Amino acid sequence: MSTEMHAITVTVNGTHYSRQVEGRLLLSDFLRHDLLLAGTHVGCEHGVCGACTVIFDGAPVRSCLMFAAQTDGHRIETVEGLAADRDHLHPLQQAMRDCHGLQCGYCTPGILMTMKVFLEETPNPDEAQIREALSGNLCRCTGYQHIVEAVQLAAERMRK
Amino acid sequence: MNVTTRNFGAPIRRNEDPRLLSGQALFVDDVELPGMLYAAFLRSNVAHARIRSIDVTAARARDGVVAVYIAEDLGDYWAPGPLLVPPPPIEGITFNQRTQVPLAKDKVRHVGEPLAVVLAQSRYLAEDALADITVELDPLPAVVDLEKALTGDARVHDDVRGNIAARVRQSRGDYAAARSRAKHVIARRFHYDHGASSPIETRGVVANWDARANQLTIWDTTQAPVFLRNGLAGMLGLSERQVRVIAPFVGGGFGPKIMLFYPEEVVIPWAAMRHNRPIKWIEDRLEHFFATTQERGQTHDAEIALDADGRILGVKDVFLHDTGAYNPYGLTVPINSQCTLLGPYVIPSYDSTFTAIFTSKPIVTPYRGAGRQHGVFVIERLMDIAAHELKIDRVEIRRRNLIPPDAFPYNNEIIYQDFAPLSYDSGNYAPILDKALAMIGYDKFLADEQQRLRAQGRHVGVGVACYVEGTGIGPYEGAKVQVQANGKVSVATGIGTQGQGHFTSFAQIVADQLGVEVPDVDVVTGDTDQFYWGAGTFASRGAVVAGNAVNEAAKAVRQKILKLAAEHFECAEEDLEIANGAVSVVGVPGQAIKLGALAVKANPMRGAVKPGAEPGLESTQYFGPPGGATAAGVHAMIVEVDPQTFTLEVLKYVVVHDCGTVINPLILAGQIHGGVAQGVGNAFYEQLVFDDDGQLLNASLADYLLPTALEVPHVDIAHTVTVSPLNPLGIKGAGEAGAIPVGPLFAQAIEDALGLLDRNVELNEIPLSPGRLFELTAKLR
Repeated sequence: MSTEMHAITVTVNGTHYSRQVEGRLLLSDFLRHDLLLAGTHVGCEHGVCGACTVIFDGAPVRSCLMFAAQTDGHRIETVEGLAADRDHLHPLQQAMRDCHGLQCGYCTPGILMTMKVFLEETPNPDEAQIREALSGNLCRCTGYQHIVEAVQLAAERMRK
Repeated sequence: MNVTTRNFGAPIRRNEDPRLLSGQALFVDDVELPGMLYAAFLRSNVAHARIRSIDVTAARARDGVVAVYIAEDLGDYWAPGPLLVPPPPIEGITFNQRTQVPLAKDKVRHVGEPLAVVLAQSRYLAEDALADITVELDPLPAVVDLEKALTGDARVHDDVRGNIAARVRQSRGDYAAARSRAKHVIARRFHYDHGASSPIETRGVVANWDARANQLTIWDTTQAPVFLRNGLAGMLGLSERQVRVIAPFVGGGFGPKIMLFYPEEVVIPWAAMRHNRPIKWIEDRLEHFFATTQERGQTHDAEIALDADGRILGVKDVFLHDTGAYNPYGLTVPINSQCTLLGPYVIPSYDSTFTAIFTSKPIVTPYRGAGRQHGVFVIERLMDIAAHELKIDRVEIRRRNLIPPDAFPYNNEIIYQDFAPLSYDSGNYAPILDKALAMIGYDKFLADEQQRLRAQGRHVGVGVACYVEGTGIGPYEGAKVQVQANGKVSVATGIGTQGQGHFTSFAQIVADQLGVEVPDVDVVTGDTDQFYWGAGTFASRGAVVAGNAVNEAAKAVRQKILKLAAEHFECAEEDLEIANGAVSVVGVPGQAIKLGALAVKANPMRGAVKPGAEPGLESTQYFGPPGGATAAGVHAMIVEVDPQTFTLEVLKYVVVHDCGTVINPLILAGQIHGGVAQGVGNAFYEQLVFDDDGQLLNASLADYLLPTALEVPHVDIAHTVTVSPLNPLGIKGAGEAGAIPVGPLFAQAIEDALGLLDRNVELNEIPLSPGRLFELTAKLR
C-alpha cells in the first residue's frame, strides 16, 4: 500500500481544495473525512451498491473505487452541491420528496448523482430506461417504485 | 369540540426529507470529533477452533497505533452478553443459554468472531496493524448441517450435547385424533432459508467520554437506544444518567440492528473511557456478512390432515432451526415460525415441535419477518399441494378454511413471542382475498389468458398467498409532547428510526390534536437525553405502540391548552377552538392567542400558581397494548418463466393489506414496496452459502445478490381496514407485511407457469434461483 503523499488540487462543488493526500486514500474517505462533505455515503467499498456515487468531470463514478490522488486537476460534484440550501431543492430532490422516493435516505445521495447525469443525457426517459439506469444503485428500503416515479416526475418538471 | 383529521390518513410529504436529500442528515459515520481514534477488529477466519495464542506485540509497536486489546485485557469487564428475550413460559421447554462475548477467549465459534481490537490514528493504520497480529488456532470440525449437528461429535459449546439450543413443543386440540379421522393426510419436507438484512449503511459505534462532565456519549446504529444505554451503564459501572445514546439517522435496520450488545458496542465505549478520547468503529461490508446477525434456515417435516372437502382438521410440524453460534435473542424467530404457520386459517388441532440448534455460523436474530416467512411457507405450500391432490382450486381451498369474521378475537391457544396467548384481535379475511383476486384477474387469467399465452409457447403462471402478521406487541412506549415558545411542537420518543417516517407520521398525529401544521412538529427519536423510556423499533410496532403514546401525550397537551386558554379568555373550554397554531373563542373575532404565547404564559416568571399546577404545555404519556394487533394480507402475482434459462419476469404483482387505520398511505406504500423487494430477494436471489467448514462463500454484494430496480416489480397496492380494538388509534403494524408471503407466492406461480405439479415436481424450498430450478426440474428432461 502506498503511503507516499501527493499534492492535489481538486474542485468540489465549485470550491478549490489543495491538500496533501496519501496515495491509498479513497476518494470517498477524502470527501467525507478530509473535506467533511459527509453527504456522500459509503455502503460497500467494493463498487457494487452505488451509494458513494459522485460526478467526476460530468460523469457518475463510484468514489470508493477511486483514489483521492486521481482527482488532481479535476472537477467533482457531490450531493451537497445539488441545491443552494434545504429550502431550494433541485427538481430531482424535490420529486424524490414528493413521491416518497427515500426512506432511510442512506443510498439517496448516490441515486441523486446517478440520476442527475442520466436526466441530462436522457431528458424524456420511459420506465424501462429509468430502471436500467437505476440498476447500479442498490436501495434496500423502497423497492425502487417511488424512486422510478420521482425520476419520471423530475424529468417532466425539468422539461418545462 | 372535535379533533380535526386533516393530516391523519393523508399522504403527507416527509418532514425528514430535506435534510436527507441535501446530505445534511447525521449518520453515525458522520460524527467527527477532535482527537478521535479509529478502531479495527481482528476477526477469526475459521469457523471453529481453540485459541492457542494471540501475539499483538508487533501491532502495538506500529507507528500510529495507540492500543491493541485482546479478551484478557478487558479483565472483569469481559462477560458474555445478557439474554435479551427469555424463553416464553411454555411447559416442558428446553433452553440452553449461550450468549456472545466481547472478544473471543479460549475458543472461536464462527467466522468473523472478534479476537482483538486495534485503536489507531486512522482506520487505515488500524487495519495495517491487524496484519501484524499473530494468531495460533487449533481448528475444530465446524457444525454446519442441522441434522448432523444433532448426532455428530462436534460441539459448538463443549457442554451442550447435540448442539441443542432449545426444544419447544406447542399444541392445541388432539392432532392424532384429527389425523385418524382425516380423509387426506399430506406430508412433506420443506426448507426455508432467509438471508442477511443488508442495510446499505452497515453498523457503527462512536463513543466519547467527557471526563469533565462525567458523561459518556455513544452514537450507535441501534434500533434500541434506551436498552443500549441502560445495559452499557450497568456494564461500565455508571448510572443511566451518565450515558447518552444517540441513534441518529440510521441507514436501514430491518431487524439485526435491534440486536445488542454486539461485541463492538461493548468494547468501543470501554476503550473510550480508558483512553479519554473519542473512538469510532464503522463496520465494513465484508465484516457485515459475519459480524452482524442474520436470519437463516429451517427444515420442516410437516403434515396436514383434511376432510373430504379440503377443510383442515389439523397440522403437525417438526422443525429444526439454525440459531448460529449463540442465542442472545432467545426463541423469538422459531416461535414466530411456529405461531405464524397457523395463518388466517381455522386449524382445530396443531402439534408443533422445534429444535433450535447451535451451529458454527453467525448469530441468528430477527430480520424483517423474523421467522414468520418460514411458517407461512409451510402452510401455504401444504395448501397448494392439498388443492392439487384434492382437485380443488388453490384459492377455493384457502377460502374454505379462512377464519370467519364473527370468530374474532380468535384464540389460537398457543403462546406467542410476547409471552401472551396467540390471539388475533380482529380481522375480515375474505374481502382481502376477493380484492386481490379481482386486481390480479385470477379467474380470467386461468380461464382464458393462460391458455392463450401457452398456445404462444409462453410459460406464464399465477400465484396467490395469504398470511397474517402479529404486530404492535408490548410492552410499552412513551412520548413527550411540548409546545415551544415559538409555537412549534416538539415530540420525543424512545424508539429509534431507520427510515420508517416516524418524523412525519408522529407529527401528523400531533398536528391534528394541536391544530398545527405537520412541518411545525419536530420529532426526536433515538436520543436518550430527550427520552429514556421504551423498548425500541421492532416487530412492526413503532406506529402502533409509540404512535399511540404520542397520541395520548398530544391529547393531554390539548387539554392543558384548553384549560389555560379558558382561564385566559374567561370562557368555557367548550367555546374554544384550536386551529392554525392558535386558540380562539368561537364566534368572537380577535379573541385568539397563539400556542407559543400560551406556552410562555404557562411558565410564569413571577407570581403565584395554583397548587398542583405543572409548568408548560407539556405532557409525557405511555402506551402499552394488552396484546399484539394482527394484520393480514394477500399477495398475488403473474410470472413468466423462461423454460431454458429459468429467469423470471414478474408481469403483475398485487398486495392487498389490512393494517387497521392508516396514518400515512404514502409511507405505508413505501413500507410494502420495500418489504416485497426484500421478499423477492429472499425468494429468488439471496442466499448465504456456507461450505462444510462454515466459511461463507459469497460475502460480498457482487456475490450475495440484492435485487435491483430490474428485479423488483411494480407493485399495485390496495387496503381493507379492520381496526384494532387494542389501541385508541385502531392501528396495526405494517413494517414486515410486504416481505412475509413472497416465497410461497414465487413457488406457486413458478409451478403454475411450468405446469410442475402435474408432472410431480414440487418447489418445497426457498430460495429458488435459475440454477436451483434447473436442478429441481432435472427429472423432466
